[in-house]
Amino acid sequence: MSHVIARLLLGTAIAVTTVSAAAAQDKNVKIGVLTDLSGIYADLAGPGSTLAAQMAVEDSGLKAKGWTIDVISGDHQHKPDIGANLARQWFDREKMDMITDVPNSGVALAVNNVVKEKNGVYINSGGGTSDLTNAQCTPNTIHWTYDTYDLAYGTGTALTKAGGDSWFFLTADYAFGSALERDTTNALTAAGGKVTGSVKHPLNTSDFSSFLLQAQSSGAKVIGLANAGGDTSTTIKQAAEFGISKGQKLAALLLFITDVKSIGLDLAQGLSFTETFYWDLNDGTRAFSKRYAERSKGSAPPTMVQAGVYSGTLHYLKALEAMGGNPHDGAKVVAKMKEMPTDDPLFGKGSIQPNGRKIHPSYLFEVKKPSESKAPWDYYKLVATIPADQAFTPLDKSTCSLLKK
Amino acid sequence: MSINLQALSAQLLVGLINGSFYALLSLGLAVIFGMLNIINFAHGALYMMGAFVAYFLLNLAGIGYWPALFLAPIIVGIFGMILERTMLQWIANLDHLYGLLLTFGLALIIQGVFQNYFGSSGLPYAIPDALKGGVNLGFMFLPIYRGWVVIFSLIVCIATWFLIERTRLGAYLRAATENPTLVRAFGINVPLMITLTYGLGVGLAALAGVLSAPINQVRPLMGADLIIVVFAVVVIGGMGSIMGSVITGFALGIVEGLTKYFYPEASNTVVFVLMVLVLLVKPSGLTGRTT
Repeated sequence: MSHVIARLLLGTAIAVTTVSAAAAQDKNVKIGVLTDLSGIYADLAGPGSTLAAQMAVEDSGLKAKGWTIDVISGDHQHKPDIGANLARQWFDREKMDMITDVPNSGVALAVNNVVKEKNGVYINSGGGTSDLTNAQCTPNTIHWTYDTYDLAYGTGTALTKAGGDSWFFLTADYAFGSALERDTTNALTAAGGKVTGSVKHPLNTSDFSSFLLQAQSSGAKVIGLANAGGDTSTTIKQAAEFGISKGQKLAALLLFITDVKSIGLDLAQGLSFTETFYWDLNDGTRAFSKRYAERSKGSAPPTMVQAGVYSGTLHYLKALEAMGGNPHDGAKVVAKMKEMPTDDPLFGKGSIQPNGRKIHPSYLFEVKKPSESKAPWDYYKLVATIPADQAFTPLDKSTCSLLKK
Repeated sequence: MSINLQALSAQLLVGLINGSFYALLSLGLAVIFGMLNIINFAHGALYMMGAFVAYFLLNLAGIGYWPALFLAPIIVGIFGMILERTMLQWIANLDHLYGLLLTFGLALIIQGVFQNYFGSSGLPYAIPDALKGGVNLGFMFLPIYRGWVVIFSLIVCIATWFLIERTRLGAYLRAATENPTLVRAFGINVPLMITLTYGLGVGLAALAGVLSAPINQVRPLMGADLIIVVFAVVVIGGMGSIMGSVITGFALGIVEGLTKYFYPEASNTVVFVLMVLVLLVKPSGLTGRTT
């Protein structure tokens, strides 16, 4: 009898050692790019984000060191339930380690909960809502590229100080729009401006004339567009038609380079807005964008969101490498990622705050005049740089529960 | 909420503009359903193609807005006739469901192909010089182009109604729908007429596409977003009724405009709420024939 017990114990001991050794050397990673593959944000994120993640995997050099890294992508169709279900399925069936991108704040927040429940890693690049690092923060989430606070602070403060002290908001009727309106209101009130009114429009609206007329009759000096992607470009185009740009100033609170292209420089010139990445910022961004454009659809340079997917994925893989293997424990990996300073040619040096907010400089840009644009995609003029420590929610104002000791 | 008369009249006018698109599109659908008994779900995709053809004409061949207004409907119309000849005519005698599924599938394929090549964010198409600018009506600033859209689509709608309800050709068409065998006995080529009618319906969709190109973005999903609303318009107006669909198109544009003024969040749903109400009270639609 004692023989049997001894053997069993020995067997268990061997099994345990094998398992832990395997864990330390587990070099399998699965990355899921959960994005909008077919809707209005498909150009600013979409297949381009998948390409960015793949390039990060290649550039990490981990494959040559014996790692197996798979990148798959999925379409959330702008529906929080579809996004959350797909994420859940990925964790349950595909043994997913990390989910990235997720434009559309509504979906971003839904996925946020799933990733926490499954203890995965969540590097959000496409979503805007600053709630991800405030009320809804989790130990598994890093909000990488930009957020509504950053946009609001950059554009809201600058325009208000330049004399645009009364605002009317055109707001997309979902989580992102309301977060952006809220954060911009805070920023412009702090700068001495006031809000005269706002109107909410459904996501993906094709005709903004009614809303624009309301904004026009409000008499506000600035019309703040708290929307994104196709909605923003349609609004700007139609605002020009109604002669709004003559009397009032439009503030595109979130504008991507793909939007500028679809509006055309004729109508977009002079718009000021905030982004954290532009392909033509410095040698590093230019070199990466050149490599990226060789493989992207229509030779487009990366948008801010796609650049963020690259940068976030790269840092994730660096953290895994530093850990010597994939522990398949999201919170642990994220803790390691926060410990390590970030550095890549796209966003420069930066860091991740304890609430999951990745910080880097933010830029106030202005769209060039058609005569100033020398090449395809040569659209932005840099107006001001907001240093990393000012661009995002100050830690003492973050409502993230992880910060409370 | 206090009612501001100026703002209200502005919203009514804007509603009328959107109504023009609903009217043009639902007219095409009504013509196709009335004459061919096909529920043409590809209508939105063909509308989108109209806008894209205008874009191609301008950027590849340097052909501007005015010629495009005629060329695009003809080109897309011919594409539609090829679809009818090669696919739709084989299912003409089957249940409506087959036509619906076939055209829905076609719409997905057409949209998918365009999205693959042109992405989702849209291409710019400028307003023609002659229609740039706007006039101040006192209660609002009306872009001249939008005024043109309303007038032009009204003319097209009335002309189409006249063609089908008041001319000899229209009489043949209507007769061919009622009793194809008998009409054929008079020596009239019924299959050809059906093909041409489908081409006409498709051409109307493409025309709406060209009209909307300077206002909306030229993008692959522009039709998919609109077609559901247009179907609701057709259902409310009564399937197959030409005048019904035109009037309902304009009327619902106005209702939507009013909703945007009083309760903007509901502006995307109001048409469907009305559709449900109409279906409950009068299932054949406001002006529909009972079958």
